[in-house]
Amino acid sequence: MSIAMPKPDAQTLAKRDRIIAALREIVPGEGVIDDLDGLRPWESDGLTAYRQPPMVVVLPETVEQVQQVLRWCHKEDVKVVPRGSGTSLSGGALPLADAVLLAMGKFKRILDIDYEDRVVVVQPGVTNLAITNAVEGRGFYYAPDPSSQIACSIGGNVAENSGGVHCLKYGLTTNNVLGVELVLMNGDVVRLGGRHLDPGGLDLLGVIVGSEGLLGVVTEVTVRILPKPETARAVLVGFSDPESAGACVAQVIAEGIIPAGMEMMDRPAIHAAEAFVKVGYPLDVGALLIVEVDGPAAECDHLIEEIARIAGANGAVTSRVSQDEAERVAFWAGRKAAFPAVGRISPDYYCMDGTIPRRRLPEVLSRMEELSQKYQLGVANVFHAGDGNLHPLILYDANVPGELARAEEFGNDILRLCVEVGGVLTGEHGVGIEKRDLMPEMFGEEDLKQQQSVKCAFDPGLLLNPGKVFPTLHRCAELGRMHVHHGEVPHPELPRF
Amino acid sequence: MLAPRDTKDLVEIVARATAERTKLELAGGGTKAGFGAPRDCEVVSMQNIAGVVDYDPAELVLTVRPGTSLADVQDLVAAENQMLAFEPWGELGATIGGTIAAGVAGSRRVTAGSARDHLLGFTAVSGRGETFVAGAKVVKNVTGFDLPKLMTGSWGRIGAMTELTVKVLPKPRQTVTMVARNTPLNAAYAIMASALGSNAEVSAAAYLRTGEVLLRVAGFAPSVEARCAALPRLLAEHCPLDRMADDEAEPLWRNAMSGHALQGAVLWDVHVPPRHATDLVATLEPLGIDWAIDWGGARVWIATDRTDSEVREQALNFNGEARLIRAGDEMRARVPAFHPRRPGVAMLEQRVRRAFDPADVFVTGRFKEDADADQLFA
Repeated sequence: MSIAMPKPDAQTLAKRDRIIAALREIVPGEGVIDDLDGLRPWESDGLTAYRQPPMVVVLPETVEQVQQVLRWCHKEDVKVVPRGSGTSLSGGALPLADAVLLAMGKFKRILDIDYEDRVVVVQPGVTNLAITNAVEGRGFYYAPDPSSQIACSIGGNVAENSGGVHCLKYGLTTNNVLGVELVLMNGDVVRLGGRHLDPGGLDLLGVIVGSEGLLGVVTEVTVRILPKPETARAVLVGFSDPESAGACVAQVIAEGIIPAGMEMMDRPAIHAAEAFVKVGYPLDVGALLIVEVDGPAAECDHLIEEIARIAGANGAVTSRVSQDEAERVAFWAGRKAAFPAVGRISPDYYCMDGTIPRRRLPEVLSRMEELSQKYQLGVANVFHAGDGNLHPLILYDANVPGELARAEEFGNDILRLCVEVGGVLTGEHGVGIEKRDLMPEMFGEEDLKQQQSVKCAFDPGLLLNPGKVFPTLHRCAELGRMHVHHGEVPHPELPRF
Repeated sequence: MLAPRDTKDLVEIVARATAERTKLELAGGGTKAGFGAPRDCEVVSMQNIAGVVDYDPAELVLTVRPGTSLADVQDLVAAENQMLAFEPWGELGATIGGTIAAGVAGSRRVTAGSARDHLLGFTAVSGRGETFVAGAKVVKNVTGFDLPKLMTGSWGRIGAMTELTVKVLPKPRQTVTMVARNTPLNAAYAIMASALGSNAEVSAAAYLRTGEVLLRVAGFAPSVEARCAALPRLLAEHCPLDRMADDEAEPLWRNAMSGHALQGAVLWDVHVPPRHATDLVATLEPLGIDWAIDWGGARVWIATDRTDSEVREQALNFNGEARLIRAGDEMRARVPAFHPRRPGVAMLEQRVRRAFDPADVFVTGRFKEDADADQLFA
């Protein structure tokens, strides 16, 4: 529990009763939760090591109510934490003791489906998978598929710019969202983008996606849907070591193949998954690749053959091609169950999310092994191999004093390592609170100030989701000060032509 | 014209302009100088900040300086059988920095995304005269705000990129154009929508005034052959389809993606929900226009000699927007290049712009909304 949240504001806590009364005026009935038992289920998101019951929960049902809640909080200087389904793995929706938790779970309607223009308009509380379920009867799907897709909401996906196993080929949320309706902290509603492509002017939609609830509250989302590929096939390839598997991945891509999914697991992850779901993963290999291709049958057949050839050339020791849909699903079952599977072999695990340039994989894995020795904690690796997104799972026991802190320190070292080799702190889980204090590893002070000045353009009072993403929030007035003053600038000779 | 050699020069130029209250126009190859209102200001050429920084084909990323010519970048990646998937196009002299800053995307945009979807990271000098980095040099990253989205299509309004990293993708081994000829206006949308909505993975769809609906099928040879065989069956209820020779198809695609061959002194780039594209054309045709449709209907190029805003008004009626690409000085001084944003969005946009350029160093008069920003806040 090494990450400190901002100290609760005594003045806000002192007027809690008045805040609750005002919220009840706006959202009548069951839509305001303020009793301790009622608040308990909201105290955490997917980063369960951190818990904090919110000051109060409000569940609006209309855009007008969202506007009124935000407008009132803005006027009264009360902080607001927006929340979708609460599946964030980075603490993005962690409540604050002195903030209203604005839960969007009642915005559950699919508003429109346009198959010809291939767009769906939904309210933000609709789950990711519900979009695909709504359109698959007509042969379409929504491409981003975070592993929490059965529960996570599209509004949360927009906030986090969620990915999934298929994003190398089909992109993250940002590449699949065409428009949003957004309520700003002052209660104003703006519509950004729509059903057309590439609106003119600054791409405000682009900066909203992935802004982790710091810029506004999304009340409607327009996404694009894609025709479902005719077929999908997968091949399961075992290698004696991760280096060979990594070389295989590089060659697949260098030869012009962008698989729909390309996942790697290391030995501990393979063993945990196989023990859990028993899908027939080879246990005598050092790394396992699942490579999936989708598209017309002729394409899949061709690519599977090519991939098998490339795997062979890179020293594959086992290779199995899915012969039917059941087998393809079985290949994935182990990978998709990797997190709970690791949960069976260790009392607790901590899931990391860095991205590295793939060419640095061998070095990163060997240094991770050294760190594992240093911290005396095991680690299992699952890896979106195509795009270099690592998910090391650090094994620990929260009941052993000090182990959680050690796991967090281990995790921080892994992320520092990712940045050191040219990668990033987070590939798809977001910064949230988890990686907040590591931001200076990747960004300098000017870089963070520039990002924060965008925050100030949307929310100058810094009331929306404070304590997330930025290690330090400067007052917006401070940021606005110009750094150059009249008469103090050098006038060097500059090349002219 | 100022021609900085590096970031240090650029920082000094911005600092001096701030102190002297002069305005700076950032320029790449200058091929799009005719976009926006005529203006008189100091031009900062980015052409000397050029060259490839890092390119590792297997990592799918390319880091390059902005003054590098677009043609050189395309040649470089083509030599590794790769491409910029958003299919940027430009006149001779266009730079990669200018192409990104203008958000240029070609026919493949409808399936592969736009320039915004392929800029991964950059280093830039802001209007504050500060150097900052944003995004990263890996294909998958959600660390911090996605400032590369703001930079793409920003037309030099928020900062000068000094280095940029784009995603590159494998180039299709084979590309075939299938064509439906003599297609009437009221039948074209259904063909494009059916093709793009089918599992034949059509990567681009365009419709030209001469009646051709073009459907592009690209990928590995066995797949392309199978899909080209399947498409006529999938579209049987709409039209017959033929294979078009590459040398016939290439200029047609070029016109669909750029509108360059259209006749008329004034050129508009209209973005609408695809289902409205042909209705928009039908509405405007009595006014005497030339036109081409790309992005499966999402983009309509309209050329006309009229110097009023009728095209823009009709674009709005069809839930879209119109960008003024080419016009005489008088019209460009009068009619804003970008479709005016709704008031709430306009104010937000100005606040975001000033988050990068609080002293309006990059406000040259090219975009009237920026020059008028204070009126919004009054």
